[in-house]
Amino acid sequence: MSDGHDHSHLSDTELRVRALESLLTDKGLVDPAALDAIVDRYENKVGPRNGAKVVARAWVDPEFKKFLLEDGTAAIGSLGYLGSQGADMVVLENTDKVHNVTVCTLCSCYPWPVLGLPPAWYKSFPYRARLVKEPREVLQEFGLELDDDVEVRVWDSTAELRYLVLPARPAGTDNMSEEELADIVTRNSMIGTETVASPAGGA
Amino acid sequence: MSVPSREELPSLPRDEEGPVFKEPWEAQAFAMTLRLYDGGHFTWPEWAACLAEEIEAAQQAGDPDLGDTYYQHWLKALEKIVARKGLLSAEELSRRKDAWDRAAHATPHGEPIELGPDD
Repeated sequence: MSDGHDHSHLSDTELRVRALESLLTDKGLVDPAALDAIVDRYENKVGPRNGAKVVARAWVDPEFKKFLLEDGTAAIGSLGYLGSQGADMVVLENTDKVHNVTVCTLCSCYPWPVLGLPPAWYKSFPYRARLVKEPREVLQEFGLELDDDVEVRVWDSTAELRYLVLPARPAGTDNMSEEELADIVTRNSMIGTETVASPAGGA
Repeated sequence: MSVPSREELPSLPRDEEGPVFKEPWEAQAFAMTLRLYDGGHFTWPEWAACLAEEIEAAQQAGDPDLGDTYYQHWLKALEKIVARKGLLSAEELSRRKDAWDRAAHATPHGEPIELGPDD
């Protein structure tokens, strides 16, 4: 029988991960159950939904919005969505005149506690390098056409400081509940590569 | 770091809101890092610097760095930071990796792979 068919095979990468995990477990540095819980949390439970709830709250509650823009870390913490990495959160409001968009040019610092894990393009060199240099072109590739009089501001995240974009509330949503509003807020709108569209049938 | 011109850069990779981890090992590598951080074995800026070093080294070695190799860089950075912090040596890792390779070869296809008592 040829190699690879009668026995199991692990790739070089899988072998390295297993080596790390088993040694760290043997030494009591990690607990496999805790690892599973972290994976489950980030893969299934956080996603961008926490961020969407923050945005929806800000749209319906002017006091909360003021708090959020003044002290993002405390306001997001008040909803229970701060992570363990200890990064400060700054919230950037998109308006008719200013469009904010976020990036991490060095690696991929990202506000996990509110947005889950970053999409592949956020981690890519073209996005990291080009957004700073030609933000309008990059945003166009995401299908976002901004008027010439809109100022584009690019924010570079760090290990200590992460950004969340507060997108503008679209027209035609006056009668929507906070929960319904949270459902229309997309991940990309909180990174700043798109805006939140009016819901179908809305104005 | 100088920024390449648009002509030198490949187009922007795009995705729909797909899975955040392509393969299970990516999730495991991510979780181990968070757990070690939570355990106080390194600070987050230390980790971010270590990861940024790996990403830059990979780029210089010709990785187009389109986001799909991100957790490869992450894994390398994790191996490096555990060695730097004296948690595991490179030699221990290498020995244990060989043990897993032998175990895989000794395990019939489809059965769970486990290390023997001497590994």
